[in-house]
Amino acid sequence: MRFDKTEISLALVAIACVLFGFVSPGWLIFLLTIALAKALVVQGVVMQMRSGLVSFGQGLFYCIGGYTVGMGGQFFGIHDAIAALALGMAVAIVVAMILGLLLTRYRDIFFAMLSLAFSMILFGILVKSQGLGSTDGFNVHNWTVFGWAPETGADSQQTVFTMTVLAGLLIAVLIHRYTKAGIGVICEAVRENEVRVEYLGLSPRWLLYGNYVAAASVSALGGGLTALATGHVDPEMAYWTTSGEFIFIALLGGLGHVAAPFIAAIVFSVVRTYSIEFVPNTWQMILGFTLLGVIVFLPKGLWSLVSREKSGERT
Amino acid sequence: MTSLLAVLIDGSIYASWLFLVAAGLTVIYGVMRILNMAHGSFYAIGAYSAASLVGWYFNNGIGPAWISYLLLVGAALVAGLIVGVIVERGLLRLMYGRDEILMVIITYALLLILEDTMKIVWGVSPYFAYQPYTELGRTAFGLLKVSNYDLALVGVSAVLGLGLWAWLERTNQGKVLRAVIHDREIAVAMGVNVRLMFTITFVLGTTLGALAGALTAPAISVVPGIGIEVIVLAFAVVVIGGLGSIGGAAVGALLVGLSRAAAVHYAPEFELFVIYGVMSLVLAFRPEGLFGRTMARKI
Repeated sequence: MRFDKTEISLALVAIACVLFGFVSPGWLIFLLTIALAKALVVQGVVMQMRSGLVSFGQGLFYCIGGYTVGMGGQFFGIHDAIAALALGMAVAIVVAMILGLLLTRYRDIFFAMLSLAFSMILFGILVKSQGLGSTDGFNVHNWTVFGWAPETGADSQQTVFTMTVLAGLLIAVLIHRYTKAGIGVICEAVRENEVRVEYLGLSPRWLLYGNYVAAASVSALGGGLTALATGHVDPEMAYWTTSGEFIFIALLGGLGHVAAPFIAAIVFSVVRTYSIEFVPNTWQMILGFTLLGVIVFLPKGLWSLVSREKSGERT
Repeated sequence: MTSLLAVLIDGSIYASWLFLVAAGLTVIYGVMRILNMAHGSFYAIGAYSAASLVGWYFNNGIGPAWISYLLLVGAALVAGLIVGVIVERGLLRLMYGRDEILMVIITYALLLILEDTMKIVWGVSPYFAYQPYTELGRTAFGLLKVSNYDLALVGVSAVLGLGLWAWLERTNQGKVLRAVIHDREIAVAMGVNVRLMFTITFVLGTTLGALAGALTAPAISVVPGIGIEVIVLAFAVVVIGGLGSIGGAAVGALLVGLSRAAAVHYAPEFELFVIYGVMSLVLAFRPEGLFGRTMARKI
């Protein structure tokens, strides 16, 4: 297998991150873990944005991933974190394969609204489920990795961080290859002009279907890792404002590069941490103005600041 | 029998409330093709303005109770007008012509901004203006006692709906507006001042939203976040009925209202589920909603 420049740099950054995790303070590790896990969910949003679909309901899979990890440990005796994460992805894939049949018939705002409705359905079910803690959710703990159980809080934090970085690396490389491969390129063509893709003899609907299912599994992984990191899941994960946050991060980063969502998620988390501390009642306002600013001045996201695209070139 | 009656009464009250909330949203989409995520915030602004004004009125014991109803409506009209003009002239005007989906995200940004603006203006503690609600008393339907205020809401909602319909279908301005809905470019070519029509529509929509909030305020405690809860319900209603159709919004509101009331009485654990369940079911069979028009694909 040959690796290109992007993949090698991603791997180097990941190794640096893991090493950094051993020396940096706990709060920073926690912040980075959440940011990277959320970035994985955002990768799912970005995958769909590439094909022209904006999902206002990616929280659905974020929540499925988180709840499956939690329920696996709580009710089904699956204490191995990696098995639980895989199970979360599997559940998300099954759900996405069913919902995708319906959703791929829609575009634009209809796709956005229907995906929102599905995540709200899950929210509605979870809120009314007494066994799952209703609106409070429940705690996720007592998990192991390959039979090894982290003993202290710091230990488990460290472990989740390392797992998140490695999962992020794996997904980033896969998505990088996916976007460069034929199917990824055609997804962008669907965004530009769906009818012409049909003229080429391809079925946009099945492309979008596959893309949707893949995006769902990536987002579920992010949800599962968040559940492990915070040690808690609640129905809020499926609420539509959570999905709005993912769209925000996706637009902030832009679609230019596989690393963009990671960077955007870290920027987002850092800014949020400090805003909530210093200006708790204007945090959303800052978000709103930033979003407008990004749409008007940086339509390709933060990544366009660092990419060296020739000016005047359109993609 | 009683529970069936209760479902019907609760359902129609809830439906008329939903219609009030959804009407402005569907009018704005119909004319401007903007799915306004900030509509819930207009609702909340209306609720806050009304609650603070009416609360102030009663706390000072200035005059008779019936004036509070005028204040309720007046607060909503003023708030809706001011916010509508500011938002349309100050933000949306600069954004026209972008993708429908991008407009959704822009109004989402607007929602975030308005949510915090409200926190700054009104603080985070709840506001109450229950007097107009309790003042009207209750009516007994067999074993059920229903608040007269809620029943009045059904009437207000019906009058507003009919008024909107009459304005669109029976007046000259309505005719011009329908021309804009049908084909914006041709309307411009025929000399219609589309920009003005956009401003009128948007302000009308925000005022309707604010009015819905103001009329709801006496029945609830006005707290931060009420707009966020409301907007997804309004979405469900207008999407079921077909975006941009007023009749559709009415039918959508009835459908959601009655099914939610039935769920509350017979299977409370499905209360929230049923709303989005109905929406998904309708969309599965009629993607453009019950009253939406099918659009041809453009190449």
